[in-house]
Amino acid sequence: MIPAAVEYTRPSTVDAAIEVLADEDAKVLAGGQSLIPLLRLRLSAPTVLVDLGALADLRGVRQDGDDLVIGAMTTYDAILRDPLVGRYAPLLAAATQTVGDRQVRHLGTIGGSLAHADPAGDLPAVSLALDATMEVTGASGTRSVPATEFFVDYLTTALAPGELLTAVRVPNNRVAQGWALVGVAALCRRDNGNIADIRVALANMAPTPVRATAVETALTGAQAHHTAIIPACDRAAEGTSPADDLSASAGYRRHLACVLTKRAITGCIAGYVDET
Amino acid sequence: MTVTAEVGAPRRRKEDARLITGRTMWTENITLPGMLHLAILRSPMAHARITRIDCAPALGQPGVVAAFSGRDVADVQGSLPCAWLVTEDIVHPDHPPLAVDEVRHVGEAVAVVAARSRAAALDALAAVEVDYEPLPVVLDLEQALAEGADLVHADKGTNRSYDWVFDSGAAGTGGSVDEALASAEVVIRRRYRQQRLIPAFMEPRSVVVDPTGDQYSIWSATQIPHILRFLVSVVTGTPEQKVRVVAPDVGGGFGGKLQVTPEELICFVAARRLGKPVKYTESRADSLVSAHHGRDMIQDLELAARRDGTVLGLKVHLTANMGAYLGLVTPGIPLLGAFMYNGIYKFPAYRFECTGVFTNTVITDAYRGAGRPEATYAIERLMDELAVELNLDPIEVRRRNWIRAEEFPFTTVAGLTYDSGDYAAATDRALALLGYDELRREQAQRREAGDPVQLGIGVSTYTEMCGLAPSRVLGSLRYGAGGWESAMVRVLPTGKVEVVTGTSPHGQGHETAWSQIVADELGVPFDDVEVLHGDTRSSYKGLDTYGSRSLAVGGIALYQACQKVVEKAKPIAARLLECDPADLEFTGGRFQVRGHPDGGKTIADCSLAVFTSHDLPDGVEPTLDADAVYDPVNFSFPHGSHLCAVEVDTQTGRVDVRSYVAVDDVGKAVNPLIVEGQVHGGVVQGIAQALFEEAVYDGDGNLLSGTFVDYTLPSAADLPDLVTDRTESPAPGHPLGAKGVGEAGTIAATPAVVNAVVDALRHRGVSDIQMPCTPERVWQALQSASRSDQQGGGS
Amino acid sequence: MARISITVDGVRYDDDVEPRTLLVYHLREQLGKVGTVVGCDTSNCGACTVLMSDPDGRLVGVKSCAVLAVQADGRQVVTIEGLAGPDNTLHPVQKAFHERHALQCGFCTPGMIMAAVDLLTDNPDPSDAQIREGLEGNLCRCTGYQNIVRAVRDAARDLREAGRSAAPAAPTPLAGEDETPDSGLPREQVPDEVIPQPVP
Repeated sequence: MIPAAVEYTRPSTVDAAIEVLADEDAKVLAGGQSLIPLLRLRLSAPTVLVDLGALADLRGVRQDGDDLVIGAMTTYDAILRDPLVGRYAPLLAAATQTVGDRQVRHLGTIGGSLAHADPAGDLPAVSLALDATMEVTGASGTRSVPATEFFVDYLTTALAPGELLTAVRVPNNRVAQGWALVGVAALCRRDNGNIADIRVALANMAPTPVRATAVETALTGAQAHHTAIIPACDRAAEGTSPADDLSASAGYRRHLACVLTKRAITGCIAGYVDET
Repeated sequence: MTVTAEVGAPRRRKEDARLITGRTMWTENITLPGMLHLAILRSPMAHARITRIDCAPALGQPGVVAAFSGRDVADVQGSLPCAWLVTEDIVHPDHPPLAVDEVRHVGEAVAVVAARSRAAALDALAAVEVDYEPLPVVLDLEQALAEGADLVHADKGTNRSYDWVFDSGAAGTGGSVDEALASAEVVIRRRYRQQRLIPAFMEPRSVVVDPTGDQYSIWSATQIPHILRFLVSVVTGTPEQKVRVVAPDVGGGFGGKLQVTPEELICFVAARRLGKPVKYTESRADSLVSAHHGRDMIQDLELAARRDGTVLGLKVHLTANMGAYLGLVTPGIPLLGAFMYNGIYKFPAYRFECTGVFTNTVITDAYRGAGRPEATYAIERLMDELAVELNLDPIEVRRRNWIRAEEFPFTTVAGLTYDSGDYAAATDRALALLGYDELRREQAQRREAGDPVQLGIGVSTYTEMCGLAPSRVLGSLRYGAGGWESAMVRVLPTGKVEVVTGTSPHGQGHETAWSQIVADELGVPFDDVEVLHGDTRSSYKGLDTYGSRSLAVGGIALYQACQKVVEKAKPIAARLLECDPADLEFTGGRFQVRGHPDGGKTIADCSLAVFTSHDLPDGVEPTLDADAVYDPVNFSFPHGSHLCAVEVDTQTGRVDVRSYVAVDDVGKAVNPLIVEGQVHGGVVQGIAQALFEEAVYDGDGNLLSGTFVDYTLPSAADLPDLVTDRTESPAPGHPLGAKGVGEAGTIAATPAVVNAVVDALRHRGVSDIQMPCTPERVWQALQSASRSDQQGGGS
Repeated sequence: MARISITVDGVRYDDDVEPRTLLVYHLREQLGKVGTVVGCDTSNCGACTVLMSDPDGRLVGVKSCAVLAVQADGRQVVTIEGLAGPDNTLHPVQKAFHERHALQCGFCTPGMIMAAVDLLTDNPDPSDAQIREGLEGNLCRCTGYQNIVRAVRDAARDLREAGRSAAPAAPTPLAGEDETPDSGLPREQVPDEVIPQPVP
């Protein structure tokens, strides 16, 4: 299949991009790795594609105070190669490693993934666990949207028409981080054998990525020991609403959420090295 | 007359040169002057009456040259052929290439647009107006057979296409299965489901038809150019000599391109109507929804045995999904397994019943192994169940029942005569390669320790029939064609050789293997042989490539043609050597006077003499060219033992194949490199059925697995390294001793893997898992086993 | 229509394309690079894999069915047809695929070879597991992948022993002129300024 006819523009500034995006039927073309297959199957048929490929400012990772700022057009491959990400956000690196395949990682971008907001995607869940903030630019200026508010519904974000996701800001998380193959991201900070702080995010357990709040509540302040972790993780699926589809039933997804949360947190604890 | 010993050497393939440099001739690469592109509108409904269809709005779209529907061509498009009407009273509905009044599966073609570009044709499809009146959708096989069921073909009054029975008592090949069941100490009753699969060849199908004068040239990504030519001629009423079919480089088939397709006929009709060359290349989505699927059967099985493990009989009832129509060999596919459910075992009673059923799904037809993987799965799963029932090692149960090496040739309860084999030798080799005893110890330890990751070991000792097929046997099964194969050898003036084969390779490496055979038989260098195939203008006679037949049948035709060349060259060599032909022998590629190893004349010397013809003996025809057609007297029966070890994560249900050993006996290997490659690919397709692939329709008849996102072919990362080895029991009666290898791996692998997965979880009460054994299915099986355990049940 | 300029296998091509044109169809239908094929609609199969320069000029594997031709404007692209060396000798990966019988029908082969070149450029000494992971974006239905893994392993060894990178040799106009059958315009018709330079 080939896409339906479409107009195309490749603006050279963010402002120019925002101007075109005012058109409701405009669609941002970032890396294209999710969008182009949809265009080919004609499941998406925008009137104009706004290619961000020329916006060099949106590429790259930089440190800003305690935060990492990752440009929306930074590819997965660039994230994997970036030493700052490896040091300060290993969870992001681990999750990025399993996105698509080599070819997809060469073109696909973090901004594209977050704005696409596929609940099955790995990076939205990771951004939730990392407590990331989305930097959004529109005609009236820029604003910051925390990840907890960014994902609104299935394939829907808080981005308004005419707004562009330009960067993701990740707080410096030099704490233990775990990733369980697919779908569970966990971070925790330990204090004298207790879990001082924990965040667990789940992919594909609801129309948006969600936090496993029951687990977080049960484990905050608890002993970092399997006697506490195992019963807490059995509550990982509480409050979620996973889909029932060809890939898996809702019941199996709930079960997996518990098993994988256990593995992610155990990995987290095992990998914990107290800073000296 | 083997002298240079090309046969048996791991020759690198001739085909590769064009394939690794991107200089391949795929059908989709063909562009002809004035060529129009076709796009096909497909039904979104599983069953509906077309109450109105209007192509006129599409005509106004940019670049569109023509648009028409089934109604516009109803009188000229003919009906797609079925060549295997397995019973006299089989229900065989019409199958128009473009639906006329009714659509019966999602993806059925309803209209076609011809335009100046692919894009224009696709764009214009949206303008075709179709009104559908929904009809009841028939999907479930058993409901389809129930009294008062909704009908796929209302005018036929039934969804039952045919019933077919083989009974060893009636056939005189054995006793009565009912008596065996009544007298058995142990009866194992099981129902297995062979899920629907999609062949998923990597090259999407493509067709180009060029009408020039009254000649039609058809290029198609097909496995069967010869059969296609014959049937296009018959279906459309075009004189056969006016139809040329070319299968250029073809990117895989696996049975999926063993079909006369709606798209081929639509292209033909469009080209004839428009007087212009046309091309249609399917998208992957089109391919998955409209190219024929495979498997899709319910197997109800009863195995009778004594407590010492001796099998007494087997009763099989198959319910086989035909889909909405009958494809080229749809009804015959389950019957290819009918003679194989007894596997490698000698038991005295056997009954096989098969019911073919219509549903509102795309047709099923040949997919790698075609009937035999299903049969092998059934018997090999049952042998494991019997072993568990009797508390025996699965290998031991097999050993107690299999045909011993000294018993060949052996006529089975299904009436076939197995030619040769040594099941014990292959099995012992496989056990050693896997480290079977070691793994059993580790398995026991893990069970003991309650390891969340359990180990399972699966066994599959298979045989298959290949070398399709003796024409008389096909005739007795009501198949519409013979099973012979042809070859022609042409010796050029410079001594180079052209081989024209009736086989039609699409990845099997015939250009290489055939060259090896000719090199040995004629004593010419491997590189001097060119193999021509797949164009009915050069290769007018052949029955193409499927059913592991090409070497087993076509190889003999080629061998025989070579012998004729040598015979023709002999008097010429004698003239050149000034001796009596009776004094000549052909060794080392030379004709020599017996007892005089020096000098002599080669085939090249003779071909030059024939070219000039200045001094030929009287009455000798000035040519060395020869052809041969070979009709096999029997099938050939490769066999082997495949062992598989899997690790199953009991918390997530995930299965990892840890090791896989395949020891196959395919007779003499003409090219061991190609043989190994066939085994690798076959095994992985078998693993894929066991663990990964399933074509799924929803309750409305929509194909949910309609892209490669949802029809999940395994990638390299999903698979283990395979350990392969061979034993060699030459095929008696085959001058090369070769048996056939194309389907062996697929036939063997599926039960080996499922047996391993079940074995890993047997101690948890699991005795079956529905394929594919996805993590969720495995987890569900564990859940229901522990539920029935808690309820005091147990199996 | 949009005007684009892409350097493919060492030759620059300037064309007007519809924005919706996928790179793979541009290669096949406008430029005659039919060695690169289309196997699916959803960028799962990888048969269309080519190397394309990224914004930093690094050649990386991409699926040309998931790239619009307009996105490739200004980039370098190397297809299976441009992989052989300046004297048209096979690339070590091509050679290893032949030696190891790593292809049967050959339809996935151009993409598989390009993906292997991409992998080995990045990781000259991969383990078997890394090879399998590295090729996860390319489907093959014939070989069961085993001989592909062997071939990539062999090619890696050959490249290391030869002390060279897997990255394709810099295209030269000679290749276009002499033996590569379809490398574009004859030398005398190629303006000097478009004669390709090695990627920095």
